[in-house]
Amino acid sequence: MTSARLPAGGLINRTRTISFTFDGQRYEGHPGDSLASALLANGVGLVGRSFKYHRPRGVLAAGVEEPSALVGVGVGGRFEPNTRATDLFLYEGLIAQSQNRWPSLAFDVGAVLGLFSRFIPAGFYYKAFLGKPGLWKVYEHFIRHAAGLGKPPVAADPDSFDHRAAFCDVLVVGAGSAGLAAALAASATGARVILAEQDTRLGGGLLRDPAEIDGAPAADWIEGAKATLAARGVRVLTRTTAVGYWDHDLVTLSEKLTEPGQVPAPGEPAQRLWRVRAQRVVLATGAIERPLPFADNDRPGVMLAQAVRTYVARYGVTPGHRAVIAAGNDDAYRTAFALAEAGCEIAAVLDSRPPSDSPIVRAAAERFDVRFQAQAARAIGGAGGLTGVEARTEAGALTLTCDLLAVSGGFSPVAHLHMQAGGTLSWDEATGAFTPDQARQNQSTTGSASGLDDLAEILAEGWAAGGAAAHGLGKPLPKGGPPQAAEAFPGSSNSVAALAPPPGTDLKHTFVDFQNDVTLADVDLAWQEGYRSVEHLKRYTTLGMATDQGKTSNIIGLARLASHEGRPVPEVGLTTFRPPYTPVTLGALAGHATGFHSAPLRRPALYDLHAARDPIWQPVGYWMRPRAYPLAGENLHAASIREARAVRETVGWIDVSTLGKFEIAGPDAAALLERVCATTVGKLAVGRGRYTFMLREDGLVMDDGTVWRIGPDRYLLTSSTGGADRMAHHLAYVRQVLAPQLKVAIANVQEHWAGIAVAGPRAKALVAELTGLAEIPRHMSVARGVIAGTPVLILAASYSGERAFEIYAASQEIAPVWTAIDAAGQALGGHPYGIEALEFLRIEKGHVVVGGEIDGRSTPQDLGLHRMLNPARPFVGAPALQRPAFQSQAGRLQLIGLESEGSIPEGSMLVRHAPGEPEGHVTAASPRVLAQGSVALALLRDGRDRMGETLIAWSPTRGVSAKVRVVEPVFYDPEGARYRD
Amino acid sequence: MLRIVCPHCGPRAQVEFVFDRALDAILPLDASPAEAVSRLYERDNPRGWSWELWRHTAGCGAWLKLHRHSVTHEIDAVQTIGDLA
Repeated sequence: MTSARLPAGGLINRTRTISFTFDGQRYEGHPGDSLASALLANGVGLVGRSFKYHRPRGVLAAGVEEPSALVGVGVGGRFEPNTRATDLFLYEGLIAQSQNRWPSLAFDVGAVLGLFSRFIPAGFYYKAFLGKPGLWKVYEHFIRHAAGLGKPPVAADPDSFDHRAAFCDVLVVGAGSAGLAAALAASATGARVILAEQDTRLGGGLLRDPAEIDGAPAADWIEGAKATLAARGVRVLTRTTAVGYWDHDLVTLSEKLTEPGQVPAPGEPAQRLWRVRAQRVVLATGAIERPLPFADNDRPGVMLAQAVRTYVARYGVTPGHRAVIAAGNDDAYRTAFALAEAGCEIAAVLDSRPPSDSPIVRAAAERFDVRFQAQAARAIGGAGGLTGVEARTEAGALTLTCDLLAVSGGFSPVAHLHMQAGGTLSWDEATGAFTPDQARQNQSTTGSASGLDDLAEILAEGWAAGGAAAHGLGKPLPKGGPPQAAEAFPGSSNSVAALAPPPGTDLKHTFVDFQNDVTLADVDLAWQEGYRSVEHLKRYTTLGMATDQGKTSNIIGLARLASHEGRPVPEVGLTTFRPPYTPVTLGALAGHATGFHSAPLRRPALYDLHAARDPIWQPVGYWMRPRAYPLAGENLHAASIREARAVRETVGWIDVSTLGKFEIAGPDAAALLERVCATTVGKLAVGRGRYTFMLREDGLVMDDGTVWRIGPDRYLLTSSTGGADRMAHHLAYVRQVLAPQLKVAIANVQEHWAGIAVAGPRAKALVAELTGLAEIPRHMSVARGVIAGTPVLILAASYSGERAFEIYAASQEIAPVWTAIDAAGQALGGHPYGIEALEFLRIEKGHVVVGGEIDGRSTPQDLGLHRMLNPARPFVGAPALQRPAFQSQAGRLQLIGLESEGSIPEGSMLVRHAPGEPEGHVTAASPRVLAQGSVALALLRDGRDRMGETLIAWSPTRGVSAKVRVVEPVFYDPEGARYRD
Repeated sequence: MLRIVCPHCGPRAQVEFVFDRALDAILPLDASPAEAVSRLYERDNPRGWSWELWRHTAGCGAWLKLHRHSVTHEIDAVQTIGDLA
């Protein structure tokens, strides 16, 4: 192939030059060029090596469907692999490299050795895994180095990506002739219209083929349409691909504000992802030309016929000097005329159909060597590119010399979005194509995407589709009529002959899927091995599974399968169309939700006061909580033990603001709580509180907390930090769905009230000193007071096992309370403590925790909580708790304690002998706070009957084990003497 | 993403809502153990139209009855729960 820039023509700015590099070599192009057109203009025909076989590949297409000309572009974190050179527009300083070659594109060891075609037949991976187990390891080393396309970037993407939501009456996808006509008609009615075009320019096929519309050259008509749409306030988005059609007419658009690898303007995002909720969607997405099956049809120099016209007309580039056209439709004849006009010699036109008297064929036959019932059988070439083609004609085989082979296997309407939206397709035998049939959502398809091929008809139908979409929303019909077209050869042009290769073709080198290196021989092999379903064929051969999703290949593969089956193509069926239509940068999907912004951060009200101490932080859900406050020279363990000892020996204080808190008020407040809580709460006296737990509807424990009667008809319910949102949902469910008759209101006050727990033998003295209260509330009682001028609610509750108080104040007023407690507590010799020390204390005391012992599988019985169950059973979970499965306790994992002289590995399994069958697991382990040795809580099969047994806590993954003794799950003050006065 | 017309708030995106369960999987508080097993574990999985319980969690917080087609995702009714229980 000897491609070159033409002396004139094309929609490029020849007055400006852009320099770029490809594989380190510097080249020049013009604004308006794609990388592919610029490379062709520089005579570069070899662009990459193929996926499996390292075959030389060039440019096949001129749009997003390109399967062969894939390059890596950009540097560092902006590097983008597998970018289609045909869908990448030139910018100053563009750096591109070819892929899958070593040491260089021209001399590639993988291809020279020719190793891979023997190694990787269809279904290779399946066979490798199903065969001898060790064999894969032999292949893997090879394949990891040899196969594959681009390498992903290692550095983080330095750019930002934007998300935007939009709403419109009519979304038009595609701004070719049909899309422009649709947008003109819809906007003429006053409808709010968005027009999205994946290209940099509006016009679609009009950029390729000369035509007159409304008496003006197509280019002028496009400019006029653009001005009209702008005047009507239509949002026209170029370089914007509709990549997904989701439920209820939500369409995602991927807008490229920069080209791949390009540095965005300062402060600007690289891309923007639009979520457009449209009332009506008009799909004018065009059609994609298919290649033809013949041997070595993947050689550089073999190009789609319409793509050839695009390079000539749009980019002012001729892809060759002597061309053969091989096709089975009228449209490809246009390529012969276009090439001839550009000064290219036409060696022959091979038409697989019988002679026809259509005007364009007759005109061509007068000028060129047209052979009917003739097919390409093999592309001939070498390192220097294409040199000729072997053809089969009625008269026999012949070899034609050429450096360009323009092929057309017909057109596949781009029905991807229609199918993503749940539509159906119908098969058109005449054009050999699936066209959109039934729509499920508010979509319609028009233009060549609906199988049309005559410009006048396309404009008329596009206009009608746009008008109908707006009219369906109650708008008037658009005034005037559709744009009128005049073409040299009007009429239908895309009828297609069979997609089969000529008899005797070398199928092993007849490529169907160029990107994944799938040949007709692979399709045949899959069929011989019994793969009949098209979905199986796809997975076995990887046909259509590359990043191009088989845009050029699927129909040819299907036709082959259908011919083996002896069934028509539509009966063989299609694989599922899945978003995205073209690859989307992961950064665009993430938008701003990366790094710090990837999840919300919830800071308790006292965050700044904690931060001043530089604690070790622990994320708990979205919350950040201090895990420990190390003093100079302390590690986490030393700090936590010191903090826990302060609680046991003097006093400690901890921020408990993140606990779930609900205020429940009204005449039926107690009745609601009786339904939510599995314990008896109805008879609670004013000013008193209780421990409680809640069940799920399946009878398993959901959460636990405390419930306080803070007024005659007013309660405060606390629950775990991590379960707070679930509890809010559950309370609303019980209130609105299960018991709507109750007169009760629930307020989620989790963040309204901040809390500080003060615990230890000196806690009572501390609270007395700070509040001046004459009467300090006894255990599980409520008091109100003032600390540092702030009104507080004092709940005497103990989680640590010591005399303790939870002191609540309005969140915005909690800081002076903490500061006062901190000062007075330190004067008593106490310390603030974090959740690591809290964990030590609660384990010693045997208090269960949600997510630890309450693991979503435990019943009240399992946890030893059953004696607290409300016998009247009015609560959620009561019916399921009585189901037969829960009647026997045999074999259930029950809460027990473990003791050891050494440390107990948390999360380890409990076995009789290591290695052995697990009989339970350690849920939480802690050193004893004041003594030597360790304790742990565990769930053990039939555990309550196994007190005194010795087991091994064994963690094979960490390689540690400890001998443990099964004991009651309370290690400290089992009588509860310490929290009573 | 579905578009759900909340009877209180108007048309909103699905992200504001939480699916809870099929309507027939609501278990009354006074159900028998057998009914509990049946409603919790032996549920239908209809292909087609069914009533579902949703909550407009990131909106008004109301629980809603929603009539949805499980294949096409069409929604032809969204109602307040009324006298559901």
